[in-house]
Amino acid sequence: MARMTGAQITLESLQREGVDTIFGYPGGVVLPLYDTLPQFPGLRHILVRHEQGAAHMADGYARASGRMGVCLGTSGPGATNLVTGICTSWMDSTPVFALTGNVGRALLGKDGFQEADITGITHSITKHNYMCMNANEIALAIREATHIATTGRPGPVLVDIPKDVFQEETEFEWPEQVSLRGYKPTTEGHAGMIRRAAEIIDQAKRPIIIAGHGVIWGEAHKELVELAEKACIPVITTFLGIGAFPEEHALSYGWLGMHGMFYANMAADYADVVIGVGMRFDDRAMGRFKDFNPTAKIIHIDIDPAEIGKNFKPVVPIVGDVKRVLPKLMEETKQQTRNEWLRWIDQQREEHPTLHIRESRRMLPQAVIRSLYEETQGNATIVTGVGQHQMWAGQHYFYKRPRQLISSGGLGTMGFELPGAIGAQVALPGQEVWAICGDGGFQMTMQELAVLVDEQLPVKIAILNNGYLGMVRQWQQLFYDKNFVSVAMTQPDFCKIADAYGIRAIRVEHKNEVELALREARNHKGPMLLDFQVDQEENVWPMVPAGAALSETIEAPAEELAR
Amino acid sequence: MSTAPHSGSRPHHTVHTVVAIVENRPGVLMRVSSLFRRRGFNIESLTVGRSEEEGLSRMTIVVDGESAPVEQVEKQLYKLIDVVKVSDLSHEEMVARELAMIKVRCNNVNRHELLDIANVFRADVVDIATNSLILQVVGDEDKIDGLIKMCEPYGIRELSRTGRVAMVRGTKTTTVHEREPEKIARIHEKAGRRVDNIDLPFSSD
Ligand SMILES: Cc1ncc(C[n+]2csc(CCOP(=O)(O)OP(=O)(O)O)c2C)c(N)n1
Ligand SMILES: [Mg+2]
Repeated sequence: MARMTGAQITLESLQREGVDTIFGYPGGVVLPLYDTLPQFPGLRHILVRHEQGAAHMADGYARASGRMGVCLGTSGPGATNLVTGICTSWMDSTPVFALTGNVGRALLGKDGFQEADITGITHSITKHNYMCMNANEIALAIREATHIATTGRPGPVLVDIPKDVFQEETEFEWPEQVSLRGYKPTTEGHAGMIRRAAEIIDQAKRPIIIAGHGVIWGEAHKELVELAEKACIPVITTFLGIGAFPEEHALSYGWLGMHGMFYANMAADYADVVIGVGMRFDDRAMGRFKDFNPTAKIIHIDIDPAEIGKNFKPVVPIVGDVKRVLPKLMEETKQQTRNEWLRWIDQQREEHPTLHIRESRRMLPQAVIRSLYEETQGNATIVTGVGQHQMWAGQHYFYKRPRQLISSGGLGTMGFELPGAIGAQVALPGQEVWAICGDGGFQMTMQELAVLVDEQLPVKIAILNNGYLGMVRQWQQLFYDKNFVSVAMTQPDFCKIADAYGIRAIRVEHKNEVELALREARNHKGPMLLDFQVDQEENVWPMVPAGAALSETIEAPAEELAR
Repeated sequence: MSTAPHSGSRPHHTVHTVVAIVENRPGVLMRVSSLFRRRGFNIESLTVGRSEEEGLSRMTIVVDGESAPVEQVEKQLYKLIDVVKVSDLSHEEMVARELAMIKVRCNNVNRHELLDIANVFRADVVDIATNSLILQVVGDEDKIDGLIKMCEPYGIRELSRTGRVAMVRGTKTTTVHEREPEKIARIHEKAGRRVDNIDLPFSSD
């Protein structure tokens, strides 16, 4: 045992939990912590330009590496600036540790300067949070918070520490174990239920697997491939499940949902057995609940019991870790071939080729994504913002491995793209990371360009610049009678902005310049920005209109295909 | 949180009695109540107090079954780290009781009538003044509703109901007996609580 300050204990504890990077921003109450940082050379502190960026970077780091990401902010505005990022992690179940300072204990509850009740504010968007009122609580709080963030269904946690607790000295004692009476995730699936699921799968004529983010976080992609191959079950994923199953696999039929592949939506709607694996039957994926495939038998496997029966009542609920459940399920199921069923989906795909890109003299945004796929041979890690470009990035790049597509699905947070990519690049040194940005979303967090320069991170940025809040424009066009309100934007010269930070940039104005620009960016050692002046009025297809069922998926109308 | 309105003519609707054993930590009540608010589960009553186990509190929550599928209520409660055990007593043989204090207007003329009524309901008179008295009654909600109805003509000045507490009949329990390791329990006991009697440095920056 040694005497240490609260600040030392905080950093020591994080380090013991395997943390190597903190994305943070200083301020009054965390000064004791910053003062202590140089004593911990193993902890790399990355100075962001806005705390929202820190939270997204921690999230991007976590999604790219599978390890917990850490962000840090000061009290009051520092803490509240983290909130959007914490909620983004919450909705997508990613392990992020948010550390905040608070005002000294004497001022707590007295509306002290820069006091915010951040534990109260984040109750409903963290798995759990802590306020440490004594230095001797810190080590256990950090140990427990880390355990909670990274086990079961992962999620964000927050630890709030008043300034004078950072300064308080106490004996440091590392808790060797955690003991949480109220937290014991179920990992083994119920054997009887697994057997029952296998029976139903064996008898099924048209089973389909819908694989979600949980397969990626459960690291069960191999197990999923094995089950699908043995029982011959076609696999579609949710948007966040992209990469959970290799898209080049013969049994892969893309992803479903509002802008999913037409044939994936049809297959989900026509299947006689739907096996949801590590997913939560979200409305964007399933369309109108009450009209989703009313006759299908649903088997739902997830580690979070509360997800089972929340939106759909499964005939077989299996609570457990997908990595443990899938192999058992595979063992119980019979080897099969289901040629007729696969042929049916193949035929849907031939008749409704969602991923076909038409010839056009315009620079189609989806064609830019496809060129990027080809140039990078499908190997890059792709991080997106939210909107049309996000959907095209999901559709027209083909993903072969888990964690290859990083995107805010559940919360749909514009501005995630650049900081998310920075976090991913920190986690993946030496690997190719692309931020696919909307011209709208990029402007929400573009100040983080400075971090690329500070930290010498070679993130490649592709802005699909359509001069619009494109997804909103699409909705106004289709559902609000072309009453375009507040969606057109006068854009700054993004190349000049990059230039101001010392980042190379090219504006790409013609479709025949796309490949060359991509090549140049890839060959450039440092970060680089490409401003693609894409066609402004291209829409994302197919589409399940808000409130419609998957069976009502509409494809691109003929007049749009003629553009 | 709302207590039942003081009316015996409440339309009959399904309610569920859920018992949650929770860690006795700062914020636990807020975590539970904000969960109900966010998920749109209506609370009819919520009571909380210490349990027989050190460090654990017992909450009895009565939820409106229309607003809340009880299975989701249980599962969502379990997601809270501070919630250790949840039991739905709706299908159990249980004893459910509530306590109410009713301050009723009275005078020398009608006081005796009121006392007779109290007697029938086995209510205690816990305070008496020239123009009012306080009745204390324990029982199920129907009994309390009944007494309230009888008091209404005299004029109810004030009403305070505790909300339901409940326990399963027989030897079965819905509680938890799981001690934490002593060292951890010692930290948990104080964690997140305001420190007193320390000369706190004051600084505003
Ligand atoms: C923080 C935030 N604010 C608003 C929205 C609503 N929204 C969804 S997509 C979108 C437009 C995005 O525009 P842009 O970043 O240019 O991408 P595009 O759709 O044009 O590809 C908006 C405003 C959101 N998702 N996030
Ligand atoms: Mg745009």
